[in-house]
Amino acid sequence: MRSCPQSIAGAFVSKGGGAWAGRILIGLWATPSVARADAGGGTPSLFMPVAEPAQSILDYGTLLVLICAVIFVVVMGLLTFTVIRFRASAADNDEEPPQVYGSDQLELAWTIVPVLIVIVLGLITAGRIVALQKDTRPEGSLAVRVVGHQWWWELEYPDLGFVTANELHLPLGQVAFLTLESDDVIHSFWLPQLAGKLDVIPNRKNTMWIEPQKTGMFVGQCAEYCGTQHANMLLRVFVHEPEDFERWVREQQLEARRVDAHAEGRALFAQTACVNCHTVRGLTEIGSFGPDLTHLMSRTTLAAGAAANDEASLVDWLTDPDHIKPGVRMPAMKLSHSQIARLAGYLSSLE
Amino acid sequence: MTQPLPLPFAPPLAPPLAPPRAPAVAPVGWNRGRVGMACLIFGESTFFSVFVVAYLFYIGKSGSGPQPSDVLEFPLVATLCLLSSSATAGLAVKALAQGNAARAGVALALTVGLGAGFLGATANEWFGLIYGHGLTIGTNLFGTTFYSLVGFHAAHVALGLLMLSLVLGGVLAGKLGPEHSERVEMVTWYWHFVDAVWIVVLTTVYVVGV
Amino acid sequence: MSASTETRVPEAAKRTTSGWSQSLHDWVTTVDHKRLGILYIGAGFFFLVIGGVEAILMRAQLAVPANTFLGPQEFNRLFTMHGTTMVFLVGMPIVTGFGNYLIPLMIGARDMAFPRLNAWGFWMFLLGGIVLYMSYFASMGLYGAGTAPDVGWFAYAPLAGKAFSRGNATDYWILGILISGFGSVSGAINMLTTTLTMRCPGMTMNRLPLFVWMMLVVSFLMLLALPVLTGAQVMLLFDRFMGAHFFDTQAGGDAVLWQHFFWFFGHPEVYILMIPGFAYASEIIPVFSRKVIFGYSFMVAATLAIGLVAVGVWAHHMFTVGMGKGLSVWFAVMTMIVGIPTGIKLFNWIATLYGGKILMRTPMLFCLGFLGQFLVAGLSGILLSGAPLNWQLSDSYFVVAHFHYVLIGGLVFTIFGACYYWFPKMTGRLLSERLGRWHFWLFFVGFHLTFTTMHVQGVLGMPRRIYTYPVERGWEVWNAISSSGAILQALGVAVFLFALAQAFRRPQWAGPDPWNAWTLEWSTSSPPPAYNFLTIPEVRSRRPLWDLKHPDDPDWEHE
Repeated sequence: MRSCPQSIAGAFVSKGGGAWAGRILIGLWATPSVARADAGGGTPSLFMPVAEPAQSILDYGTLLVLICAVIFVVVMGLLTFTVIRFRASAADNDEEPPQVYGSDQLELAWTIVPVLIVIVLGLITAGRIVALQKDTRPEGSLAVRVVGHQWWWELEYPDLGFVTANELHLPLGQVAFLTLESDDVIHSFWLPQLAGKLDVIPNRKNTMWIEPQKTGMFVGQCAEYCGTQHANMLLRVFVHEPEDFERWVREQQLEARRVDAHAEGRALFAQTACVNCHTVRGLTEIGSFGPDLTHLMSRTTLAAGAAANDEASLVDWLTDPDHIKPGVRMPAMKLSHSQIARLAGYLSSLE
Repeated sequence: MTQPLPLPFAPPLAPPLAPPRAPAVAPVGWNRGRVGMACLIFGESTFFSVFVVAYLFYIGKSGSGPQPSDVLEFPLVATLCLLSSSATAGLAVKALAQGNAARAGVALALTVGLGAGFLGATANEWFGLIYGHGLTIGTNLFGTTFYSLVGFHAAHVALGLLMLSLVLGGVLAGKLGPEHSERVEMVTWYWHFVDAVWIVVLTTVYVVGV
Repeated sequence: MSASTETRVPEAAKRTTSGWSQSLHDWVTTVDHKRLGILYIGAGFFFLVIGGVEAILMRAQLAVPANTFLGPQEFNRLFTMHGTTMVFLVGMPIVTGFGNYLIPLMIGARDMAFPRLNAWGFWMFLLGGIVLYMSYFASMGLYGAGTAPDVGWFAYAPLAGKAFSRGNATDYWILGILISGFGSVSGAINMLTTTLTMRCPGMTMNRLPLFVWMMLVVSFLMLLALPVLTGAQVMLLFDRFMGAHFFDTQAGGDAVLWQHFFWFFGHPEVYILMIPGFAYASEIIPVFSRKVIFGYSFMVAATLAIGLVAVGVWAHHMFTVGMGKGLSVWFAVMTMIVGIPTGIKLFNWIATLYGGKILMRTPMLFCLGFLGQFLVAGLSGILLSGAPLNWQLSDSYFVVAHFHYVLIGGLVFTIFGACYYWFPKMTGRLLSERLGRWHFWLFFVGFHLTFTTMHVQGVLGMPRRIYTYPVERGWEVWNAISSSGAILQALGVAVFLFALAQAFRRPQWAGPDPWNAWTLEWSTSSPPPAYNFLTIPEVRSRRPLWDLKHPDDPDWEHE
């Protein structure tokens, strides 16, 4: 059981408005990011950045939180003191207390201090915005083209010549420059541990950058409501050592495997409506409405996280996608059991 | 906690007949008709602003279909009709305030006629655009923003005409006199507003957008 | 004593009991601002219960990961209807209702400037609500996209366009709000005109109760913002029905344009909702501290400043859209600036409490909760205004926590305070103090369980509007806690409804001035007669009743 005592304790620290900060800190440090065998990625916490600009954003955010925490303590303290100190007692006579109509000096004081805080905060914020938003592609960066669809992510590496889906692979220490587009409605590309989110909007190209600083697998998901399966438009990012990344690229650049045992399945795939939506490089390249399946088995989940990526799930998916991901754009293909079995066999050979 | 209190404003047991209104402290000339109409005009202005902004935003962005410079002609007749109808409306109010119902009626009739002329000119323009050039609200972004902006303005003209016709009817039937001139003036305020919006529309569509 | 009471009592007044059908007829045809105010508030609370049920269903679904209690379509409709209901069918009518009821009484007038427009406004609002909820009764339609809208309460394009929202679900959303929007605009015209032209002798603008000043700013914002929403919605209707392309990205339209229009309305809208909360607090806190409000002029100036600056901050809802750096800087800084006058008001309320004799009656309890919670809400707002941090927190549960802190922790708490404070004036009966405490504490604990925790989910990367989440994310403990709080809040509201019923079954009569207060509404009976005051009062200060009760030390010598 992954909820360790600290997180539960953290949850029950004082319920007063005054301790939410403390509760968060305890809860966050205590929340483990245990990766399970079939899943992994753990909690995409803002407090555990693994890349720039997420680290810089956290630093900036920490400063803001500290300033707000000080303000909170001061004002809440004043309020609490006032309420306790000036509470009417039962022994009070009916005399009204002295009526104080105002004080220009006090008003000036508590106007000037917030103004100063805002000036400082505003300047820092402006500086961070200018520093962290890069609109042009840096030299030597890795180009990635992200296209949001209902409800999956198309990821193209234009300079490397292949397209994949839902799982972003990046090399450690190199800046990746992403262009973000959408094929239908507005989605939002969010990997909390790597960068702030950015919307993908039809008819518009947005850009962002990521410089990973730790290897591993990290998760995110779509963060702009985009219809029925918005909740299941999950993202995974795999950060590799440069050599491992190179290896992955080479594997992805290959055309689809041709395994003789699955020749029937392959032929079936080529003859059925599958090819209208799905590309398998080396077999058919006319379909772009659905994810590229050339190296389907190199991915860890199906349907942007809706199911595990194994043959059994493939059978279920081909039989009735809507059962696994209600509302999904892929229709049930109304194939026979044996046809599905052959197709699933073929697809599970696409490593 | 509850203190017994002498109440100078205690109500009687039965409702009296309407007591007289005490004078308020509003600035001179601020009565509820004027403030109310000013508020309505303010709200309508923000409504129109949205369509003006959309029009300006989409200038030059229509990829295909008829473009403004190809199909639009400066609506001189319509503009003259509408602007002079504001003048006649003002004359009508003045005449009514002076008790000259006949002159007020004529001025109002002219206003309504000129307003109708504006609408007729607009209808004529739209006929040409739709059937002559094939421009509809769905043709391209120009069509979308043009018809909605000009159309909403025309709808407000029609509404104003309706109100003015009712006033005209009242004057002709002898039911409206100098004591109503304040309220009639509020109707003409609306009419002047519609006129002012036309100037904005004119500038946006036929000057800036072309 | 009063002037000559030699009056012929009209026939209608001799009828001492009316049948229920006569009562119903009177209420349906009323143009009396007090009855319309009660109708507005009552309808608002009715929709509050509905919106609350929608929330409870959602929290039940989210209480555990990978839950199957609700499917995605049901959940998506629920959050759309919940948000739309709470903003347009609960918040707007309740603030309009209190404004309607109290403004004429506070300024010594007999009714609003346009009583019939007032009535029209109420029935338009109600019609809009009915149209929206008709959607639940609509059939699924040919494309399976009928029934209730599921595009979110701000219906971003192009999701809300014809291509991606087929059927008529979204049209119910558009029309429901469009129609009820006419009600709000007419209410604003009424409140503004009444305040500016119908004040009693001696009541200069400088002597207006703060409540009235704040409703004046609210009315101005309504006139500015609501027609913008109307315009945008009409554009969406044109897109959906007439083939227009305002937001049709497949024809060159711009999806972000909708966001600009919507939030240009949307941000003033949240001030339209919150400033009346400030208004209630500004009346309740002085009375229950037994002190005059501290810094009246600065409170007025701060409210005016908020009203003006609030118009220029809308794109802080759009930091993740990919705006240029200049725009991001502008909106971040402007948003921080609007925090300054808001903070000033908070300090003035605390200064009012300071040195007073604080009576911990139910209205005050709710206002104290408001003060602490609004402080947190404002600070989480400052965090969100920092654009780089916003890039992380936007569209996450941190934002959900922030705006519920504002709207529940701020507005709903002060609304409850206002109910306990003015219910005696409206009905002549006090609400039970004991039940009030139960209500407060249940609701307070429940609120914090749900929404204080929610900041954590946001910081842990949980986006909003998801109908479920995987168990690996580590969000389940926090979601479970949030869900548990919903139950307590529901219980709190149930206690409140019970208290309302009890006040009619076992009345404690309030008299004209149960709180020993100072503004004009307390000078007439509870409930007031139809004509409010026998004679129009004349005032010489901001607290006319204080002057009467303390002739040795009247306010006008200090103002």
